[in-house]
Amino acid sequence: MRDLMRDLMPDPTPDPTPGAIPGPMPGPMAAAVPNALIMTGRSLRLSRRNVDALITALALPVLLLLIFVYFFGGAINTGTDTRYVTYVVPGVLLLCAGFGSAGTAVAVTEDLKAGIIDRFRSLDVGGTAILAGHVLASVARNLLATALVLALAFAIGFRPAATPAAWLAAIALLVAFILALSWLSAAVGLLAKSPEAANGYTFFVTFLPYPSSAFVPTDTMPTWLATFSDHQPVTPVIESLRTLLLGQPAGSTPWVALAWCGGILVGAVVMAGALFRRRVG
Amino acid sequence: MSTKAHASAKVTAYAIEATGLTKSYRAGGTSGALVPVLRGIDLRIPPGTVFALLGPNGAGKTTAVRILATLTEPDAGTATVAGYDIRAERGRVRRAISLTGQFAAVDEGQTGAENLRMMARLAGLGRAAARARADELLDRFGLSEAAGRLVRTYSGGMRRRVDLAAGLVGEPEVIFLDEPTTGLDPRSRMELWDVVGDLAARGTTVFLTTQYLEEADRLADRIAVLHDGVIAARGTAAELKSRVAGHRLDLTLTTSDAYLRVTARTPHATHHDPPARTLGLPTDGTARHVRALLDELDPSGTEIAHFSVHTATLDEVFLTLTATNPAAAPKEPTHA
Repeated sequence: MRDLMRDLMPDPTPDPTPGAIPGPMPGPMAAAVPNALIMTGRSLRLSRRNVDALITALALPVLLLLIFVYFFGGAINTGTDTRYVTYVVPGVLLLCAGFGSAGTAVAVTEDLKAGIIDRFRSLDVGGTAILAGHVLASVARNLLATALVLALAFAIGFRPAATPAAWLAAIALLVAFILALSWLSAAVGLLAKSPEAANGYTFFVTFLPYPSSAFVPTDTMPTWLATFSDHQPVTPVIESLRTLLLGQPAGSTPWVALAWCGGILVGAVVMAGALFRRRVG
Repeated sequence: MSTKAHASAKVTAYAIEATGLTKSYRAGGTSGALVPVLRGIDLRIPPGTVFALLGPNGAGKTTAVRILATLTEPDAGTATVAGYDIRAERGRVRRAISLTGQFAAVDEGQTGAENLRMMARLAGLGRAAARARADELLDRFGLSEAAGRLVRTYSGGMRRRVDLAAGLVGEPEVIFLDEPTTGLDPRSRMELWDVVGDLAARGTTVFLTTQYLEEADRLADRIAVLHDGVIAARGTAAELKSRVAGHRLDLTLTTSDAYLRVTARTPHATHHDPPARTLGLPTDGTARHVRALLDELDPSGTEIAHFSVHTATLDEVFLTLTATNPAAAPKEPTHA
């Protein structure tokens, strides 16, 4: 957090003789947004070149959708009239968001391993801009995967009944979820000693959608698991997406979901700032 | 670019000035003992000169560079770089310097041109200016043909050059090169030396660290030898050489026993070669001093088989100055 503050603050002591240095001298604050965008462009170029990771990031969501719909779908009774493909799409979208965001941790760890963080810092690029670049690129990658999953889902019978407003709300919620998970992954990346370890740590994030209502209704689970599932962050997000997309009354669930995302986001940003400061000095 | 011209207007006597820099690290996490890395470093480096901080691995060279480049805060001491205080004016120091470390700080997954354009934009140039600057640097470092290739496909020497070029996008007044040629083949090392010479010729202040005496000798106007966290000696290469006598007397002993006995009597020997039973000692090269040494070490006249006298190399200077044995400090020739 201190680093975050330092990044956002101008030099502690402004030049005592401002006349000595005429012309604009953009401080870190003014440069933070353009720098974050430059860093996003960088992360996107790197993602595009990392063909293996990109194929995994796009193929895995598609496979997951097909596996759930065709392998498991026939055997699962959701207790509603909804076709399973329509029931499961929000869950698959979240599962993919988990996998996709995890890539942020690896990217951050790889930056730390190389000397490039020092180069960025000597160009006075703050930690916030560096991490934000990875996070925004992760959001872009995930939205691409989301579009792919949705396109395929429509092709195999996904029939949502959402109004344009509900679509917008659902997408906004999904972006908030991806944003929160990506920042969390960035923080995990700052904790990990190696890219391999970073990949391992993000397992928990990618696992969370399973004990939720993503794939089966929680009332089919043992009581203790259902209790956990009903109160973990993924369930309100899923329920909100599902009710929004199916055109059902969503009630207060989207707000609960949004609060979870906001809470995780703020916590992760604060944690990442503190870890960046500790790790990079 | 205009920023640089204006910043230069802030006239200072030294490009880098440091007083009493100290830094300790905790060994083994937060519970470990404090290990001092720098124990009071003073530096005065005039603008437009090449300065070499010479020392073995673990001497604290990288820590010194990181402190001056504002990446690490010193525990105590003060320093200014390009006239700006490294603590209070961190941002201004960063805009005035560039740092090239031991490991290439460019993206392997971007082309040389993409890396340089990105760095130029982060340095505050607009899109078109960044493109022009990148092209200019690629041309200057002989990378124009490789500009569109991913850095992943570059040779070690090319990577180091693109890394150095990336450090120059903001036209820094002071350039830090932390072991710029470590791990390079001889040819790439020569190419990099030419680049450093070119930078100096353009008036940039260069601060380099190296383990190679030849490199310091060849590139630097002034050298400081860092050993155990303190500056053990400083001066021009010629001055340092003269500090430890100008020559080396090599003695070949008759037997291994004689070698051991004579070795025990000469803690100030700078060269040991037991298989060849040869010892090297600093000397001023005068007949009088050589005779005095021979008499002192072999009073019976039976243990030394041959001797020869060479001009000292900077390696010997280095060994003499950084030897852990206090008795190995340069010993004044004893003129009889």
